[in-house]
Amino acid sequence: MRPFLAVVRRDVSLALRRKNEVMTSVFFFVVVAALFPLGIGPEMNTLRQIGPGVLWVGALLASMLSLGRMFAADHDDGTLEQMVLSSASLPSLVGAKILAHWLLSGLPLVVLSPVLALQFDLNGQAIEVLMATLLLGTPLLSLIGAIGAALTLGVRGADVLLSLLVLPLYVPALVFGAGAVQAQTAGLGASAHLSILAAMLLIAAVFSPWACASALRIALE
Amino acid sequence: MTPHSNVLFRFAAPQAFYGLAGRLWPWVATLATVFGVWGLWIGMFVAPIDFQQGQAYRIIFVHVPASWMSMIIYLAMAFWAVLGLTFNTRLSGMMNRALAPTGAMFAFLSLWTGALWGKPMWGAWWVWDARLTSELILFFLYLGFMGLTASIDDPRRSDKAGGLLALVGAINVPIIYFSVRWWNTLHQGASVTVTQGSSMAQTMLWAMLLMALAFWLYAIAIALYRIRTLILEREKLTQWVEAELRPEGAS
Amino acid sequence: MLSVIDLSCHRGERRLFSGVCFQLKAGTCLHLEGDNGVGKTSLLRQISGLSPVSAGQVDWCGQPIADNESFRAQRIYLGHNLALKDDLSAMENLQFDAAIAGQAVDPDKVLGALKSLGLKGREHLPVRVLSQGQKRRAALARLLTRQASLWILDEPVVALDMPAQAAVAGVLKAHLEKGGTVLFTSHQPLTMAIPSASITSYRLQG
Repeated sequence: MRPFLAVVRRDVSLALRRKNEVMTSVFFFVVVAALFPLGIGPEMNTLRQIGPGVLWVGALLASMLSLGRMFAADHDDGTLEQMVLSSASLPSLVGAKILAHWLLSGLPLVVLSPVLALQFDLNGQAIEVLMATLLLGTPLLSLIGAIGAALTLGVRGADVLLSLLVLPLYVPALVFGAGAVQAQTAGLGASAHLSILAAMLLIAAVFSPWACASALRIALE
Repeated sequence: MTPHSNVLFRFAAPQAFYGLAGRLWPWVATLATVFGVWGLWIGMFVAPIDFQQGQAYRIIFVHVPASWMSMIIYLAMAFWAVLGLTFNTRLSGMMNRALAPTGAMFAFLSLWTGALWGKPMWGAWWVWDARLTSELILFFLYLGFMGLTASIDDPRRSDKAGGLLALVGAINVPIIYFSVRWWNTLHQGASVTVTQGSSMAQTMLWAMLLMALAFWLYAIAIALYRIRTLILEREKLTQWVEAELRPEGAS
Repeated sequence: MLSVIDLSCHRGERRLFSGVCFQLKAGTCLHLEGDNGVGKTSLLRQISGLSPVSAGQVDWCGQPIADNESFRAQRIYLGHNLALKDDLSAMENLQFDAAIAGQAVDPDKVLGALKSLGLKGREHLPVRVLSQGQKRRAALARLLTRQASLWILDEPVVALDMPAQAAVAGVLKAHLEKGGTVLFTSHQPLTMAIPSASITSYRLQG
């Protein structure tokens, strides 16, 4: 447990010392949510319909933007190598880094989403469901994205390649996340969607750290 | 070690596989052409005109087998990826690099023929049908694989990273397909149906199977052909490759 | 305790070296020599377990190093990277380093380690404000704060002045006297304080 917590604590305190990382995700999310109404028009009915999708896509892209930094800095200064070499289980150290990444770039989006949802005139219940889907979905995005980040570590053109690798894998989360809110507003209830999101999150939480650890070992050979 | 597994492991060496692939691919290509011509002939001329869709429906004889192949090839890549990551063979990585462009081509072909079919049918070049959308995502998975393996210079790392990606993708493909279907039914989009309610005419099914077989054989032939070049590239510092590449008659 | 048997290494399609064999007993150090580019770093990375071994074997206390828990707990590898976060202080870096090795380290011990390498008064500054030599000394301080018997060091005293080199040599000597083992490459002299009976060297040829 000690290595896991040490990594989480270190990553969070490092990011807080250079606040721009957290700010980038949040800022991007806010900007996307503000740009869409400007691009589509202020008609409330339309905005209410597209709101969940727009907010989810915004969260997804914001999460994707910060993925590249997950392992790159540690790779450059050699601390990642020490983690791979250590006797602590690498999947658990990777899991700690993913958790830290989510705390810094996913959780703020969840907290901010109700405010942005008001711009799209979503009612209270829809906002609740939106927050629940983002609470389940943003860690899922971090877990899936981490695999892409680990595979593209130190590779030429990593940023674009990372997006290409990760976007197809993001589709299920997007479909069920945005779909849940739309189901809620249509009166159908979101419990099925939320259960599926939760199941995907559990599977990813088990599978992804292991896959990332393999990818990191391959990258450091 | 049984004699059977001896044979398998013998061909796991690039040099032996190079010879085997060289002998096999012309035959497979010939078979592919035969089946392809036969299947196209049945599909274009023999199968009855569908009373609703007219002649344009005939494109499904390319569209459906191409979709099948794009998925089968991805499964084959996942299979080789598992072999490569478990047994650390060089050939598995090369096989995946040989298969990926063909798989991507079939996915692209499936998307194009889907669009060409869609335009006369529904008046739109693209419909967000569950299968077509999944096909698009599969196409991106192929591009991702090709992009990743092309960006990593070290061949061993490239093979392993590609294998891991193929495996992760393969596990996600059913999830992606399921979620896209869910999304599609929720939004009641147009659905592409191969048949029009009643069961397909025998000849149509026959033509599709022949085309699928032809595409499959083509994929094998081209993969064998491509892997020969990859083997020569990878093993270029060994003696047998230098002998192979030396022009005839040179000392 | 460390046995390297018939090790070879390929980088891409080139073969760097082959047939490397040596043994390292407790209380001795081995100086790996060789020209630039011959593969010393690759060899050290294979022995430390970072790079896979395609031909040959590396054993620690009679057991292969692959998937060997006790080997990973017993060895430290320090490569060209310093493995320090610029935004953390030397103190925080060393505490983190011990934490991921699953070891608790007393803050006084960390301060003592940094002091013995000449970093007294700089323990709490962010590493990015230290000079190159000071950074390297902070990186080397983990040899004192972490418990490990096998030290694999790739050019440990690069960019260090003479007093610092002497301090590091003293650290190595103390480690060997306690029964530890050191495998290192260096173009600078490191073994001046160590009795010659404890030193072996191996020259890596291409």
